[in-house]
Amino acid sequence: MEKKEPLFRITKRGAIPWWASLGIRLIGLLIALVICAFIIFGITKLNPLKVYAAMWDGALGTNRRMWVTIRDTMMMLCIGLGLAPAFKMKFWNIGAEGQVLVGGIAAAACMLYLPKTLPNWLALVIMCCASALAGAVWGFFPGYCKAMINTNETLFTLMMNYIAIRLTAFYVAKWENPYGSNTVGIINSQSRFGWFPKVFGQQYGLNVILVLVLTIFIFIYLKYTKHGFEIAVVGDSENTARYCAMDVKKVIIRTMMLSGAICGIAGFLAVAGAGHTISTDTAGGRGFTTIIVAWMSKFNSFIMAVVSAFLVFLEKGAMQIASQYQLSDYISNVVKGIILIFLLGSEFFVNFNVRIRGSHKSEVTK
Amino acid sequence: MSIKNAVRMVDITKTFAAKAAKVVANNKVCLDINYGEVLALLGENGSGKTTLMNMLSGIYAPDSGDIYVNGKHVTINNPSDAFALHIGMIHQHFKLVEVMTAAENIILGLDEGNKLIDLKNVHTRVKDFCDRYGFVVNPDKKVYDMSVSEKQTLEIVKQLYRGADILILDEPTAVLTPQETQKLFAVLRNMKADGKAVVIITHKLHEVMDISDRVVVLLKGNYVGELMTKDTNPQELTNMMVGRPTTLNIDRSKPENLRKCLEVKNLSVKDIYGVLKLKDVNFTCYGGEVLGVAGISGSGQRELLEAIAGLEKLEPGAEILYTPNTPGAQEENLAGMSPVRIKNMGISLAFVPEDRLGMGLVGNMDIAENMMLKSYKDGSGPLLDLKKPKALAEKVVKELEVLTPSIHTPVRRLSGGNIQKVLVGREIEQHPSLIMTAYAVRGLDINTSYTIYNLMDEQKQKGVAVLFVGEDLDVLLELCDRILVLCAGQVSGIVDARKTTKEEVGLLMTHLG
Ligand SMILES: Nc1ncnc2c1ncn2[C@@H]1O[C@H](COP(=O)(O)OP(=O)(O)OP(=O)(O)O)[C@@H](O)[C@H]1O
Ligand SMILES: [Mg+2]
Repeated sequence: MEKKEPLFRITKRGAIPWWASLGIRLIGLLIALVICAFIIFGITKLNPLKVYAAMWDGALGTNRRMWVTIRDTMMMLCIGLGLAPAFKMKFWNIGAEGQVLVGGIAAAACMLYLPKTLPNWLALVIMCCASALAGAVWGFFPGYCKAMINTNETLFTLMMNYIAIRLTAFYVAKWENPYGSNTVGIINSQSRFGWFPKVFGQQYGLNVILVLVLTIFIFIYLKYTKHGFEIAVVGDSENTARYCAMDVKKVIIRTMMLSGAICGIAGFLAVAGAGHTISTDTAGGRGFTTIIVAWMSKFNSFIMAVVSAFLVFLEKGAMQIASQYQLSDYISNVVKGIILIFLLGSEFFVNFNVRIRGSHKSEVTK
Repeated sequence: MSIKNAVRMVDITKTFAAKAAKVVANNKVCLDINYGEVLALLGENGSGKTTLMNMLSGIYAPDSGDIYVNGKHVTINNPSDAFALHIGMIHQHFKLVEVMTAAENIILGLDEGNKLIDLKNVHTRVKDFCDRYGFVVNPDKKVYDMSVSEKQTLEIVKQLYRGADILILDEPTAVLTPQETQKLFAVLRNMKADGKAVVIITHKLHEVMDISDRVVVLLKGNYVGELMTKDTNPQELTNMMVGRPTTLNIDRSKPENLRKCLEVKNLSVKDIYGVLKLKDVNFTCYGGEVLGVAGISGSGQRELLEAIAGLEKLEPGAEILYTPNTPGAQEENLAGMSPVRIKNMGISLAFVPEDRLGMGLVGNMDIAENMMLKSYKDGSGPLLDLKKPKALAEKVVKELEVLTPSIHTPVRRLSGGNIQKVLVGREIEQHPSLIMTAYAVRGLDINTSYTIYNLMDEQKQKGVAVLFVGEDLDVLLELCDRILVLCAGQVSGIVDARKTTKEEVGLLMTHLG
């Protein structure tokens, strides 16, 4: 029985140099853009190049737009940084949404109730701690139950989201302003108490600084600290962790509290550093989108920054083309989706080697 | 009877690209497999045996070289191609679905067309095979209820059911007791008589002499030669495997300056179902001697070591009195302490567990990181000390001759034997007062096994107490000073290894004294 070699043979690659993997991803992006060009032209008869230019314009066209893009990137990155330790421990925290919300509530409460005589910087420090604490508490419960009675963390953290959403709705009603609007409105719009101050003349300068500090912290924490090592071992095998005298329960609870705390800080950013208000949309589904960020970057903080920036760029660009050309949201979402699919698809080519029939002799001599 | 060729592999080369280096796992290897013959594939750890056979079963594809089955040139792209060519392989790690019954596992993934699967029919066919070759398989038993040997039998039946004429077994005896091995060999002989081609990989030379007709030896990925079993002897095979004349023996030193290190009293352990796995175990272990633990597999060996390491819940009344090997040290009762507490008391127990990648090591981490597992807490401050583990990794790799592209290779990429060297190396480097090993040489080639035996003896001479759980009685008799025999979780006797006989130990293993 003579069998032909298949047209494609797929093998797992060893490590490839960074430039090659970057190249593969860029090629993926390029193909996506070309395909989108055809789709855009086919459906809307618009010049695709102009549409792309509009996307660019929407995300980075003016100084203000650029800073909004940066602000949203920082928010997404911050949540990603929160998810990374939990995911590395194979603890599927899909409760970032709720952790962000409770962080936001804590920040908003501080803005409303702290004595207005406090210096602003001190108020911000207190707010940051309060948000982190709220997020940590939200992370503690699923962590504790997982460690003690081995509950399923996916369901648990998901349910915690709903509690957080209802809790937010409760406070929105409580803090309603003006009465009957069913929103909290801009908090302290006159005194700007508890707002991020301008840094280097930039309204969102502090967001950047804060998240960059966190980025470096998480990078070092996961890679070079004893805690980070424990997380990696527990994630691989709890038996091994017990064998080498790690306190597995403690590691799980601690890591989930850290994860929740950082997501809580993201809520602080959203309230004090961006919206200056709180609503059930404050997290805006980012707690879920960010799961992609964390995975795509394999929990490397710096790659996470790049991926977040790219996702936010796509989002802003898609919004712009939708409004500029009066397209429905759908077409811009199609563009966004195709680009994402190709980028995720290029991961396959980064990890696997595909060779075409008959070409393998050259491979050996290489 | 003329020899009929089943498989011919010609000039097979296979390389793996690791991070910086390239590993040549097979270099222009040629191999013939014949029907009606048992072929033994022999070679040191990492010599490429598993890789070579994986290319027959469709797991890897060769970089270059040709494969002929029944004289026809073939390309085997995936396991189903291998099925179609009637090649079946039993991997060292079983690929069974735990929650299904034996019969369900057998037909799982079989392409029976659109026919409804007739389980009755499966039962009768399974029974046919069993009668023909002398297996015992209960088709309705769930896999999670099976012992290792039952699972292995099931794997073989599964391959036969699927029509395998060429059967490859990768270290099948590594996890079997001698009795189970004999049963397996009886089956293999029946299969051979039935005209099937059998390839067996094993590190145990007496098994090679016992079961095989022909031996092929690999060395560092290269084909060294082949011999007819009846014309050779273990010594010659060893020399071929190692590549130079070698003598293998254990230099058992006289135990000197015995010092009480560990005293276990009234130790009982229950499993999660409440069944007693250890019952009233009492013994003392001395620094400066090797105490062997013998027993049929599953007689409580694993529980004994894990209980001492603090990984088991003990029944009340147990005492584990431990005296470290330092001047002026005090006796401590470790019973009921968690590993964390034991460690916090400054006690380092060296423990080589049975489950290497599931407990002793982290497969995805590299050698240096695995060195860190036991010592990562050393040093003050929150940061890890990366330098010392790296130096240690280099030392272990050099001293134990671990075959690896670099110390930054994830350990799961290493061959079975090299994984074990990394683990044993790390434990010895802790400079412990007590070393516990469970099946330390399982899957190791004989050269490396002797390296480990002699390492244990060296530790003993340094005054360390060695608790050595073994399965090969010959080795236990040669290596240990005393042997503790477990039978169904109880101590059935502690004998002097220099005076006892295999028969006496064997009897104690099956009868409570
Ligand atoms: N998937 C892989 N990626 C990288 N290297 C590999 C891979 N599989 C095997 N190797 C390397 O190829 C060599 C041969 O490995 P192989 O598993 O075939 O050895 P072996 O003879 O079966 O050894 P053992 O007796 O220890 O099981 C080893 O050096 C191993 O590190
Ligand atoms: Mg092998």
